[in-house]
This record gives sequence, C-alpha cells and structure tokens, in this order.
Amino acid sequence: MKIAVNGEQLEAGAATLAALLAELEYDPGLVATAVNEVFVRAKDRDFCALKEGDKVEVLSPRQGG
Amino acid sequence: MNDPLNFYGVTLQSRLLVGTSQYPSPAILADALAASKTEVVTVSLRREAGGSRAGEGFWGLIRETGLRVLPNTAGCRTVKEAVTTAHMARELFATKWIKLEVIGDDDLLAPDPFGLVEAARILCDEGFEVFPYMTEDLLLADRLVEAGCRVLMPWAAPIGSGRGLNNVFGLRALRARYPDIPLVIDAGLGAPSQASQAFELGFDAVLLNTAIAKAGDPVAMARAFALACEAGRTAYKALTIEPRDMAEPSTPVLGRAFT
Repeated sequence: MKIAVNGEQLEAGAATLAALLAELEYDPGLVATAVNEVFVRAKDRDFCALKEGDKVEVLSPRQGG
Repeated sequence: MNDPLNFYGVTLQSRLLVGTSQYPSPAILADALAASKTEVVTVSLRREAGGSRAGEGFWGLIRETGLRVLPNTAGCRTVKEAVTTAHMARELFATKWIKLEVIGDDDLLAPDPFGLVEAARILCDEGFEVFPYMTEDLLLADRLVEAGCRVLMPWAAPIGSGRGLNNVFGLRALRARYPDIPLVIDAGLGAPSQASQAFELGFDAVLLNTAIAKAGDPVAMARAFALACEAGRTAYKALTIEPRDMAEPSTPVLGRAFT
C-alpha cells in the first residue's frame, strides 16, 4: 500500500496508524499524528485504519519562535 | 516589584516571553533562557523522521527548565493546517495554550487576518486558550475578542526584522481600545530599547526570539532585554511626563541672580 509519510511516498505494510509508527520505528509517546490533515489522538491510533493514498504527518517538538 | 501578569488565569512575574529557535547551541539556549528570567517559552512542531528521535533532546532540555510552554502553529497557511497543528500541540505539550499563526504573506510573514479569525473561533470554541499573532488592526482585534481570545499579540514589525515598533499610532490605538486585555508585542523587536518603548506605551509583555538568539552574545542580550522590560514597565507604572514643545526650566527661577 502506497502512502505518504511527512511528504515522502513509501510502501507500507501496516494496516493501522499505530502499526505504521512501529514499522517506521517512531517512539509513539514523542510524536503527534494526523492523517489527511485531521488530527489522530494517540489513543485512537490502533483504530485508525490506513488506506492507499493516505497522507500521514508525524510531528515532534522543535525549536520555535 | 510585585506586578504580576495574567494570561487566562495563569499568573506570571516575568513579562518577557522567549522563543527557542536559532540559538548557536542548546547550552546557549538554556543559558539565555535563564538570563532572560522568562517564565514562558515558545516551541513548535515539525516533521520527525522515523527512528531519528530528533525532537527528544530539545524537548528534554525544555522540560528540564520547568518553564511554561506556549506551542505555536508557525508556518501554517490555512485554517485547517493551523487547527490540526493546534490539536497535535495540545496532545504533545499537554496545554490548552496555543500561539495561533496563520501566515498570509511570504515576504512579510504577515498574518492572514481572515484565516486567523476563523481559526481562532474554532479553537476558542473547542476550549483552547488562544494567543493570536496579529497585526495592530483594530477591527481584527474586535473580531478576535468576539471569537473568544483573551490575549492579543500584535506584531511590532515583520518577524525577524528587528525594526521595532513600526506603527506606534496604531499600537496606541489598540491599547486604548482594549485597556483590560493583555497585549503582547510579538515579533519585530531588535533592541532592548524597543522593548522598553513597548512597555512605556502600556503593553503588558513582549515576545522575542531572533533579537536574542542571533545577537553576538545571546546570553548577555537576554539579560539586557530582561532589564529593558523591567525598566519600561516600571516607567509606565511611574507615569512618564507629557512631552512639551517649549522648554520649562528645571532649576527654580525664583532667586536667580543678576535680575
């Protein structure tokens, strides 16, 4: 299944957002997530099914002004 | 001097909010934050690469300071982007505070007032405590207050420009329109004297990043801004004299010799 993660196209085997984070070796407690520009809470990632063409954003704290 | 500031029910002693970007090193960032005596730092959210843990070190440093965090939506150009980023920030930073930026112009990094009001309305309705990055426009301020904002953050000048208070007349008008809403000068300050001027005009706080981070000595500059903020605020409370066109002798005229 082709999806975009942080703007990069990749082939993912994961069926859910939680599984995708594990597959890509994210620390789930250190990131916030959105799918197709809609926020997905950490506790909902297990139930967030991914489909072909989804756009996933995985963000973490950074310096800001 | 006990002169607290209040943002959405949170009492603060420092009137200087400090950004965390562009410092030469994490150690200088930490030292500059300490020198500024700030109680609130701004942070952002950015894309994390799988397995990189890039945000972990920075977030650890900020947590160690114990300072209150004001997450921003920097770089967002649409209402949807800003609202989604705010949702993500609320979860990650565990705060209802959000510095709301909806950028409308790439050259000036000027706020998009229309998107800003729409996003502010959505977020205020959802229980966020919104700090909108705005121009000094009075009508925009009215709309943001109607939306539920109880802090306003007008720019002094474009982000990172260091130009100081570009529109003193407009800022005075905003202060007069909203005497009871905390007003924070956000963006465009370059020198401590400009921060002092903002306080002398009656503004409640200033938010800085580039002026400290890109200074030759960020730690010394952080201290200079802290002093300038205190000087300006103290001067405002002490009531400065009204300017006059003509001279008025400060030495008594009575008793002058040779008259």
